[in-house]
Amino acid sequence: MSLTKSELVEIFRKLVLIREFDLLAIELRKAKRIYGAVHPYVGEEAVAVGVCAALRPTDRITSTHRGHGHCIAKGADINRMMAELFGRVDGYCKGKGGSMHIADFAIGMLGANGIVAGGMPIACGAALAAQLEDAGKVTACFFGDGATGEGEFHETLNIASLWKLPLLFVCENNRYGAGNAVESVRAQADITLHAPAYGMPGIAVDGNDVLAVRDTAAEAAERARRGDGPTLIHCKTFRSLFHAMRDVPPPETRPDDLLAAWRGRDRDPITRLEDHLIGGGTVTTAELQQIRDAVKRDLDAAVAFAEASPYPDPNDLLVDMFAE
Amino acid sequence: MREITFAQALEEALIEEMERDERVITLATTRAPGLENKFGDKRVRFTPISEAAFTGIGLGAAGSGFRPVVHWGMVTFSFVAMDQIVNQASKIRYMFGGQADFPVTYRCTTGGGMQVAAQHSQSPYSMFMHLAGLKIILPSTPADAKGLLKSSIRDNNPVVFFECSRLASTTGPVPDGEHVVPIGVADVKRAGRDVTVVGLAYYVREALAVADTLAAEGISLEVVDPRTLVPMDADAIRASVRKTGRLVVVDEAPATCSAASEIVALVTEDAQTFRALRAPVQRVCAAPVPVPFSPPLEQAALPDRVRITTAIRRVLA
Ligand SMILES: Cc1ncc(C[n+]2csc(CCOP(=O)(O)OP(=O)(O)O)c2C)c(N)n1
Ligand SMILES: [Mg+2]
Repeated sequence: MSLTKSELVEIFRKLVLIREFDLLAIELRKAKRIYGAVHPYVGEEAVAVGVCAALRPTDRITSTHRGHGHCIAKGADINRMMAELFGRVDGYCKGKGGSMHIADFAIGMLGANGIVAGGMPIACGAALAAQLEDAGKVTACFFGDGATGEGEFHETLNIASLWKLPLLFVCENNRYGAGNAVESVRAQADITLHAPAYGMPGIAVDGNDVLAVRDTAAEAAERARRGDGPTLIHCKTFRSLFHAMRDVPPPETRPDDLLAAWRGRDRDPITRLEDHLIGGGTVTTAELQQIRDAVKRDLDAAVAFAEASPYPDPNDLLVDMFAE
Repeated sequence: MREITFAQALEEALIEEMERDERVITLATTRAPGLENKFGDKRVRFTPISEAAFTGIGLGAAGSGFRPVVHWGMVTFSFVAMDQIVNQASKIRYMFGGQADFPVTYRCTTGGGMQVAAQHSQSPYSMFMHLAGLKIILPSTPADAKGLLKSSIRDNNPVVFFECSRLASTTGPVPDGEHVVPIGVADVKRAGRDVTVVGLAYYVREALAVADTLAAEGISLEVVDPRTLVPMDADAIRASVRKTGRLVVVDEAPATCSAASEIVALVTEDAQTFRALRAPVQRVCAAPVPVPFSPPLEQAALPDRVRITTAIRRVLA
């Protein structure tokens, strides 16, 4: 499917923004300027950006513990994301959520989730709402390969297919769940095979090729909007960095040859798109550099915004517990 | 006033709320042909036996503009959906900074005394009370059941609505037409002078029966029904205890970390009420065992009128 130059440039910008946001989050965490855990999405950016490029603003998503990329891809404000990481009152959750609980219901981002597979039933609920509203909205449900071990994964695939819910099940198979390789925890390594078992199409896609992900998601979204039900999109990708850090990044435990195989301009989702766009004459190196510079400026501004925001007032501890 | 059963009262509430607001939908593992005929199978969803999935589906649909009423069947079956209840529903509003409302009602039957043994005779409401973020309802009469279910469906928060199994076929007066009972307001089911008996669900009835018996001896019981466990109407309970100076709490859950314990704490930590107490408080609860099957054993495990009466005599001694 052919995209306009401005669409392609926006896809590139979002890939870079996610990359730089998470690299910055790591540095901020090491410097103890932000709190909690950081789960970097570095290397997997093409999944969120590709899928969200196929969605409309009114479509919804659910996310995971590794959720910064999903937020940015869906159009979240990085100032408010950063303020949340800093635990400040102008954060998306007024400092009550932190990295693993960022949500922006106004843009259809129904929440990161600290529980593996925990967002999957919620995504089905959003898709049921969309089906009842009958306004052609879809929901994209992001989850890791680790989630396939959970009952919620199997329950939701079955129900969504049974009810033909307008849903995209987006599996981010980065080959590991924390320190454990997929083959070490799954009897059947191929996640795509769950799709036929639950009566839905399953499509494996190169998760580091943002345009391939986008095309696959667009087709699945179209199918969902037609009322033909969910699709399992199995995105094969790789986590470039560690699973999670608190005070310091943990040591690498994955084999060298695997790490080497995923390194290189032709594997990295950003350089890959960059080479494609420049090679095809769509953009110039200078234009892409301008985008990178703008992203850096935006992130500097986000940190400034976050640091200028006050901490929440302890007197507001009980605010937001119950709706009126 | 007309008399209907507890179960009929709940059915009426649901139908009226579905008529009132087309965003009310239901999810349950058993078919409801009456409801399906009336409202269609889009709004009346018959689900696979996938409690984790449909508990979260209710939550997600609530966050997307609907008012789902999710029926777990027995509270027993909610335990396979604990992630969605504990990690998601109870926390979702606060942890996201109050940016959305989640008007979902989780219905379930509860309680023992039905000879269906350990797994199907549970009263775990205090487990849910403990999770800040859920409203917890436990009515004892058909009228309260109807009025509180209507309020729960209209409430903009996740509500867990417990329906005591032993009350399902009991009857009572229920007003015609719109009848709504506010969440968080206790009800004095019988006014009295000597002892406050706080009963829950089935044990409100049992306390009333004991009150009738003891009235013949000139002992006057005040029977208070909290009706809502979160938020708990501490003021009403304390006011009663300040009047009588004596408190017995009766419930069929085991006493450890129970609703009964919470009620006792709310009463005793209030200085004025504490000073009004004229005797140590008593809890009449289930024995700390899984509810056994054989009738004599089950009866021994659960509170009964004899044990309630004994506790009352103890606080009067
Ligand atoms: C139910 C549950 N169990 C365990 C954890 C701890 N945990 C957090 S992330 C993670 C690994 C998840 O792997 P995967 O789903 O593949 O996602 P990835 O981290 O690779 O993106 C685990 C085990 C959790 N958050 N939730
Ligand atoms: Mg993984």
